[in-house]
Amino acid sequence: MTASSFLTAQALGVTLAGRAVLNDISLSLVSGHLVALVGPNGAGKTTLLRALAGLVPSSGAVHVGGDALSSLPLRERARRFAYLAQGHIVHWPLPARDIVALGRYPHGATDPARLTPRDSEAVWRAMQVADVVAFGERRVTELSGGERSRVALARVFAVEAPVILADEPTSSLDPRHQIDVMKSLRAAADKGTLVIVVTHDLGLAARFADRVLVLSDGRLVSQGAPAEALSERVMADVFRVSAYRAEYQRETVIVPWAQI
Amino acid sequence: MSAQNVMVTADVTVRRRAGVIGALVGLVVLLALVSLGVGPVRLSPLTVIDALFGGGSDVQQVITREIRLPRTILGCAIGAILGLSGAALQGLLRNPLASPSLFGAPQSAAFGAVLVIALGLADVRSYALPVAAIAAAFVSVFVLLAIAGRNAGLLILILAGLAISSLAGAATALVMNLSSNPFVVLEIAFWLLGSLEDRSFRHVVLALPFIVAGAIILFNQRNAFRALSLGEETAQSLGVDVDRLRLLVIAGVALGVGGAVAVSGTIGFIGLVAPHLMRPLIGHDPARLLVPSALTGAALLLAADIAVRIIPSTSDIKVGVLTSIIGVPFFLYLIMRERRALGGGVA
Repeated sequence: MTASSFLTAQALGVTLAGRAVLNDISLSLVSGHLVALVGPNGAGKTTLLRALAGLVPSSGAVHVGGDALSSLPLRERARRFAYLAQGHIVHWPLPARDIVALGRYPHGATDPARLTPRDSEAVWRAMQVADVVAFGERRVTELSGGERSRVALARVFAVEAPVILADEPTSSLDPRHQIDVMKSLRAAADKGTLVIVVTHDLGLAARFADRVLVLSDGRLVSQGAPAEALSERVMADVFRVSAYRAEYQRETVIVPWAQI
Repeated sequence: MSAQNVMVTADVTVRRRAGVIGALVGLVVLLALVSLGVGPVRLSPLTVIDALFGGGSDVQQVITREIRLPRTILGCAIGAILGLSGAALQGLLRNPLASPSLFGAPQSAAFGAVLVIALGLADVRSYALPVAAIAAAFVSVFVLLAIAGRNAGLLILILAGLAISSLAGAATALVMNLSSNPFVVLEIAFWLLGSLEDRSFRHVVLALPFIVAGAIILFNQRNAFRALSLGEETAQSLGVDVDRLRLLVIAGVALGVGGAVAVSGTIGFIGLVAPHLMRPLIGHDPARLLVPSALTGAALLLAADIAVRIIPSTSDIKVGVLTSIIGVPFFLYLIMRERRALGGGVA
């Protein structure tokens, strides 16, 4: 563990309904990195994300910014982790702006109609970064899938948390929007945020991540820079596929090719 | 557009809502005055105001202040808590078809009250009555939410609610069945129909503390309902203690509905209808809907209670019967509107 690591886990384990979903996960992540969390279906990626944010009961220890997660009250946790759940669920047809403003909830701004100048600046910045200003007053139910995913991202940015946890933010998006989303998460990382992204798209992971964590059957089986973490051996053992590998415009290209 | 403009549009929403609330308060006051004036002796709103503040004849004073005022106060408070409970349950479950009566809460509360009377544990004016009603309502909502589990779909909630209200109804029928005392049977029948007739200040004192406590609990959860719009997981990640919230809402609904049922019997569907009437005016934000839904509930029950006194009929129509007669077709209309969500299984 290095002195600069912002988020660490030691011997993290999660048992759900009697089944060990995560086993003995230890990791140490630094601010300013975009970390891709990959693995086959059912490997425990979402559970790991939830355990890091303290959303499921777990054994072992998580430290964030030097504090034990278990010692932090709910609201303080909410200020440190901005969590983007799968599917961008919104149950009521609320205006996009109000959704983004909910990102300020952990800071005490619980009513989008009564934001302090500081909160409304943060909402405004997030809406600009995620490019949702144009449809801020429209109801989310009237927006396209791509627009909705940007609203969800803006909500996460509005928290202005040191850690962003995003669960499959690119699923069900067209290629252009996938790149859009990954670029804005990359930009957040470049500004010093630790961004952890769960994804099935190994190509996006290889291209945008500083670091890749590979989960298989609840265990961390490989981690490192994309090319080494997603080595031919890992691709074969964990994903049971071969991959086309190359470099394009100085970025790693990995395209899963055939099952083995 | 800028950060300032973002604030301006929010101001418009706030002002619009303030206007709607102002209009609703006016409507409730007006209906309360009419309610005080309607009965065997008709009094004009001006006479009513005069009598309330000590003017007019002695007879007029007794009629308004002692005979009709308790009924009006109860109509207002019970309508409001039913509207508020409906809006709170819809916020908690992110589901426009959630409401106390569809979940069997009033039916269960009535069973609690009926059981206390049938067992001869208390007379109809004792605090044992609301306490039993509240306990039964709490158990029913708790069981319902436990069966439905987290992120329950519309279908599961409504089926479980149907099962619980049927069970409460059957249990009440059993008590009636086993009771040898004709007075008790009459008393129970009255509970099932729901009415505000012949209520005294004793009833107000019996119900009001619980209704107020329930309302305070529910109203204090308003911002958590807003965070819940994004689902339980996201709400939790924003700092909402979802398990605690569920318990508080169950407690609030049980206190309010239990307290109300203990003096009025089951009055259904106001909790379902009130939030729906407000959404086109206020928007869908579950936090902003609470107060307008409570005011709408008060207006609806006052209006229904005025109607049962005006509609010419050979015997008295009970107000609970009227709200159900109007509420059930509304429920059917909502089912039609939500057909897609219901057909798709989990909304």
